Amino acid sequence: MSAPALQTKSLVKRFGALVVSNDINFTLERGARHALIGPNGAGKTSFVNLVTGVLTPSSGEISLAGENITDLSRAQRVKRGLVRTFQISALFKKLTVLENVTLAIAEREGAANDLWRPAGHHRAIIEEAYDLLVPLGLADEALRPVTELAYGRQRMIEIAMAVALKPKVLLLDEPAAGVPPRETGAIIETIEKLPGDIAVLFIEHDMELVFRVAQRITVLVQGAVLVEGTPAEIADDPKVREVYLGESKH
Amino acid sequence: MSEFLSIAISILFHGLAMAMVLYLISVGLSVTMGLMGFVNLAHGAFAMAGGYTLVILMKQQNLPFGVALIAAIVICVILSLILERLLYRRLYGGDELDQVLMTMGLIFASVGAATYLFGPVSQSLEPPAVLRGQLNFLGRDFPTYRSFLILCGALLVTALWLGLERTRFGAQIRASVDNLRMAQTLGINTSRLFTAAFALGSGLAALGGGLGADFLNVGPNYALEYLVYFLIVVAVGGLGSIRGPFVAALIVGVSDTAFKYLAPQYGAFFIYAITMAILLWRPRGLFGQSA
Amino acid sequence: MTDLSSRDLTGDRKAVVDAFARRHRFKWYEAIPWIAAAACYFLFENYHALGAQIFATILFALSLDLLIGFAGIVTLGHAAFFGVGAYAAGVMAANGWHEPFSEVLVAAVLAAGVGFASGLIVLRTTGLTLLMQTLVVAALLQELANKWSSVTGGSDGLLGMKIDPIFGLYRFDLFGDTAYVYCLAVLFVGWLLARNIVYSSFGRSLTGIRENTNRMHAIGAPVDRRKIVIYTISAALAGVSGALIAQTTALVGLNTLALSKSGELIIMLVIGGIGRLYGAFIGVPLYMIAQDRFSQIDPIYWYFWIGLFMIFVVVFARGGVLGVFERFLQRRRSR
Repeated sequence: MSAPALQTKSLVKRFGALVVSNDINFTLERGARHALIGPNGAGKTSFVNLVTGVLTPSSGEISLAGENITDLSRAQRVKRGLVRTFQISALFKKLTVLENVTLAIAEREGAANDLWRPAGHHRAIIEEAYDLLVPLGLADEALRPVTELAYGRQRMIEIAMAVALKPKVLLLDEPAAGVPPRETGAIIETIEKLPGDIAVLFIEHDMELVFRVAQRITVLVQGAVLVEGTPAEIADDPKVREVYLGESKH
Repeated sequence: MSEFLSIAISILFHGLAMAMVLYLISVGLSVTMGLMGFVNLAHGAFAMAGGYTLVILMKQQNLPFGVALIAAIVICVILSLILERLLYRRLYGGDELDQVLMTMGLIFASVGAATYLFGPVSQSLEPPAVLRGQLNFLGRDFPTYRSFLILCGALLVTALWLGLERTRFGAQIRASVDNLRMAQTLGINTSRLFTAAFALGSGLAALGGGLGADFLNVGPNYALEYLVYFLIVVAVGGLGSIRGPFVAALIVGVSDTAFKYLAPQYGAFFIYAITMAILLWRPRGLFGQSA
Repeated sequence: MTDLSSRDLTGDRKAVVDAFARRHRFKWYEAIPWIAAAACYFLFENYHALGAQIFATILFALSLDLLIGFAGIVTLGHAAFFGVGAYAAGVMAANGWHEPFSEVLVAAVLAAGVGFASGLIVLRTTGLTLLMQTLVVAALLQELANKWSSVTGGSDGLLGMKIDPIFGLYRFDLFGDTAYVYCLAVLFVGWLLARNIVYSSFGRSLTGIRENTNRMHAIGAPVDRRKIVIYTISAALAGVSGALIAQTTALVGLNTLALSKSGELIIMLVIGGIGRLYGAFIGVPLYMIAQDRFSQIDPIYWYFWIGLFMIFVVVFARGGVLGVFERFLQRRRSR
């Protein structure tokens, strides 16, 4: 059981002549808090899409807890505990907050294959969904449609839905994107409070969040890993400063 | 062998003529689809309008063919502009379902309007004397009108492609199909672009409907009856592609002619089967952007 | 957290969970269509034949609502399954098998088979390509029915159908008395089935697919499989509807597979309201009764006005009759 939570070996994705992922070797340890940063167009989201199965790699291998998942479908990867959130809130907007989370749990429990019994009869699922909303402070809004909530709150639902799937590996694609500064605090707290046994990889531009939460940071530039290390090492790395932080030290 | 060759030439000839018509009508649909993501099922109604206007202007007003054709295009463009302002515009960027429903309503309205105005019987096109009869070429006889159709189509397609490649308007369209948001940030007035592209597409459809009246009978059910062909051309060609639909139109035109000639007892069966097979192989069409 | 607040919370919890868990229970207004249908039997004795057609078509529209309204699968070829069902029942009835229920069953199974097989192919795509492929499937079947005239009667239509009395007792009469009750009963069963599916966990996940397919992938839903399942079920219901029409009119023609059939059905559903389970119950009677009246006066105008009306509904009265009614209720409540 010593295999890392998530690992990619020589992962390559090409669109014609355009290489969006160039030989990425990446390891996410169990229980890690790992950030993936890089300038716009560095291939961060493509990397998440490759890992979660939205895109098919041109070559290379992806393994989850030692198991090769390169050829599995998106749904199969989720079933094995690889869960993601989206950069732009991707919720079921017209449905209620509770229903959003319920859908995720029903999927995890396989109840969603039940054609006959009313959804309301799966009571345990609804209760679990409600209980997930409580610590996030979303319980009072459980029966409101998602669209009526502020954007920051929607991001929390996004995370709640991911957690509802009981992931081993959680990929957060810019959890704080588009969230007003006064609401980012709540999101950072939520991420910090995630169960310790979940390995979390998050893509983020908000450096406050990155340096506060991450134990390790990987910097991606032009589809390739530039450097990886602890927050302190990354902050001091001249290559990172030059390429990413936009400073040049000549 | 020479008989085989003769049949092959004949199929290619008629298939090519049909492809020209299909392409002229469908390319506008591909552009509106690629540019605005708008599923315009009623696109064929503009082709029908073109066909009717041409036929009626020639029969009742005794206008010469060329004049009537240009008049038909102008009338359809104006009609399309009115509808674009009045209806289409409201659903840009909206729900695909609403677009389908609204344009479905337009189709039905077009069926009713055409029946009321021109009666339930389909109208036939009487080409001018010059374009009737046969044309001798390399010792073979070809129907003059269809030769004219191919020539006309080839010129128009070339003009369209050159126009889209060389002009500022063309560059804007290509940029916007590629990435709408980027185009907007670059300062392209996409709203006006939409209107212009829509009018261009409708004008081409009217032209195709008019010229092609001897392939696609101009009757009140036009927009319903031939919808499947237009959709096939666009989907097989690849949404938003300009040249893809041309290849698709060639495939549809030639194979439809071939099967109807060689195995008429199966009707349009093969063309549908081929369509399904191509999309099974390439779900985004021949020239669609791959995932 | 103090004891008090957590106790309050558990109180809330029960209330919220209950509210959520009880959504599937029958509401009083769901009885309205059935009471109305029973009343119409006595009120409009001369219109039983039309009534039977309406019920069968409601079932057809209901099956389409499962696809468009709940699963978000927009199709132009739903008549394919209606036609398969109609021809299945018709061919049996014209060739020596006259028992009505078994015909309906065969129609359902065959339509489901065609739905499943075509679903495997067409559901891989979306948008315009999906529209085209559903349309092509229907066109393919129509061409088949047209050319295979030894069995289907080709463009003349299938004639010479004979249907046994129901349970050996109730003969299909000219006035449509039997047909009225028969179609209403089958519709009721179909509605129960559709209603159950809509409120099941499976049905909720379909709504999820309609609202946000990518998100459903991300929570691990086998989206393609779900779509195929509902496509198959919907096809079966449409097949049953086709069989009912064939049996009660003793006529099956190529138009059962036509695009205009699918298109009209969509219009009926839109008028009533899509994705609301009861849109079919409102839109279909409105359309068919209006058509019955209107087309006697002026058949040419019919398509024109109905098309115009459809545009009006989409642009100005979104959600059809039920949608407008819902907004009206909301506005009153918020006052």
